[in-house]
Amino acid sequence: MLPALFPYKLLPYGFRRKYRPQRFIPKQKDLKSSYDVVIIGGGGHALACAYYLARNHGITDVCILEKGYLAGGNTARNTAIIRSNYLTPEGVRFYEQSLKLYRDLSQDFDFNILYSERGHFTLAHTDAAVRTSRWRAEVNKQLGVDSELIFPDEIARLCPHLNMSDHVRYPILGALYHPPGSIARHDAVAWGYARGATAMGAEVHQQTPVTSIIIENGTVKGVETPRGRVYANKVMQAVAGSTSVVAKMAGFRLPIRTIPLQACVSVPLKPFLDQIIVSGSLHVYVSQSSRGELVMGGSTDPYGLYSTRSTLDFKEGLLGHMLELLPMLGEVKILRQWAGMADMTPDFSPVMGLTPVKNYYIDSGWGTWGFKATPVCGLTMAHTIVNDEPHELIKPFYLDRFVEYAQVGEKGAASVGH
Amino acid sequence: MKVMNCPLNGPRNISEFAWGGEVKPMPDPASLDDHAWGDWLFLENNEAGVVREWWCHVPTSFWFIAERNTVTDEILKTYPAGELFKDRVNFAAKAEKK
Repeated sequence: MLPALFPYKLLPYGFRRKYRPQRFIPKQKDLKSSYDVVIIGGGGHALACAYYLARNHGITDVCILEKGYLAGGNTARNTAIIRSNYLTPEGVRFYEQSLKLYRDLSQDFDFNILYSERGHFTLAHTDAAVRTSRWRAEVNKQLGVDSELIFPDEIARLCPHLNMSDHVRYPILGALYHPPGSIARHDAVAWGYARGATAMGAEVHQQTPVTSIIIENGTVKGVETPRGRVYANKVMQAVAGSTSVVAKMAGFRLPIRTIPLQACVSVPLKPFLDQIIVSGSLHVYVSQSSRGELVMGGSTDPYGLYSTRSTLDFKEGLLGHMLELLPMLGEVKILRQWAGMADMTPDFSPVMGLTPVKNYYIDSGWGTWGFKATPVCGLTMAHTIVNDEPHELIKPFYLDRFVEYAQVGEKGAASVGH
Repeated sequence: MKVMNCPLNGPRNISEFAWGGEVKPMPDPASLDDHAWGDWLFLENNEAGVVREWWCHVPTSFWFIAERNTVTDEILKTYPAGELFKDRVNFAAKAEKK
């Protein structure tokens, strides 16, 4: 007996041949011997780049080479937070563009990425943190980003679940409130880009690692894979976590250390937490997903590692502080834990654009801030590849800024001690 | 918790240690231009595999060398920096030369 509210009208579709399920992404073809553009890495950034190469520039002879499976790296491992309330004007402009693209993405893809505006709170527990929040709010407002410093009364009104008591180790003194702060379904973002890009002609080749990069006279000619040599006019790498390993094949070094970033989720709970709560001093961030799970993250690991193992130390540190903010979660259990390998740069900004190798482009330095930049990275890297010149928005993030002492010190980055 | 063997204090919890990054040969400050200095300071080999690094036991401020595998998260060996650096660096003499 089917329940009363069973969607009977859907039943015929399931039984009719006419309504067969369609492949979301076309079947993998044979690898051709040459392409216009080869993209190393099959995560969100790479797929977005292929999408905008096709849509904005008409370049469809694009091949994405992924060592593992589609979007199985940091695209699958982030905590899905989207915001633009950074500190540096360069950072704010860049991430604001990304947020604007995110808003239209479901329409753009004709596919729901479950984009959900929640409001983002960066809690301040010290006078210094309140000052930085004021600084960030003013930079944000100057650049048209909705952002304001608010104080305990207002925080308690907007988010009644937070423990506003003075009798804790780090009382909440204020918060940087960013109403457009959002979450989205991270896998859906990658799938949407993959479907769009492949529908326009790009090819995705999974389980195809790049084993070496062919360079002649300082110009990239192609890449070597176990499935054969692939020639390309232009090559881009977007492999956060393994950036240094791939760049080494191309013969240059980067200001990047690979450090794991861990996260976990709780068992699903009834929806109660609308907002995204972040505390830089306590190394906590938490939001509730559309499935009801609390998605929680903390700080990067204390030392570098090419591994995605989880540790108990991390959860002890994270949850100890979390219980101070949300004490009623004391009995709630952890459901899953994981880690991603983050590209940490000394100034907490990405490394993007041209490289010492001609026609070889890089999208890297995605430490703890990569998911929210997915659309804008695709857009700007596509522009950079086509014009052989960095897009206006990513000019400040060029590789040589470190030897020219023009770093972009992004103290608004999450999950890192400042 | 992971345990690291401090050459001075013996086995201690990893939370007592601070990671200092890879051991790289220090260039001569007298003959160095800004570009090469930035290169030495910021660019990393970021090796996936066995690396040789600086570590510090924070409670005793003791700096030493550790060899570990960055893929398997194994600490292979720890020893005092004196085993690697036999001579004292004379910064005063180097600065004078400049």
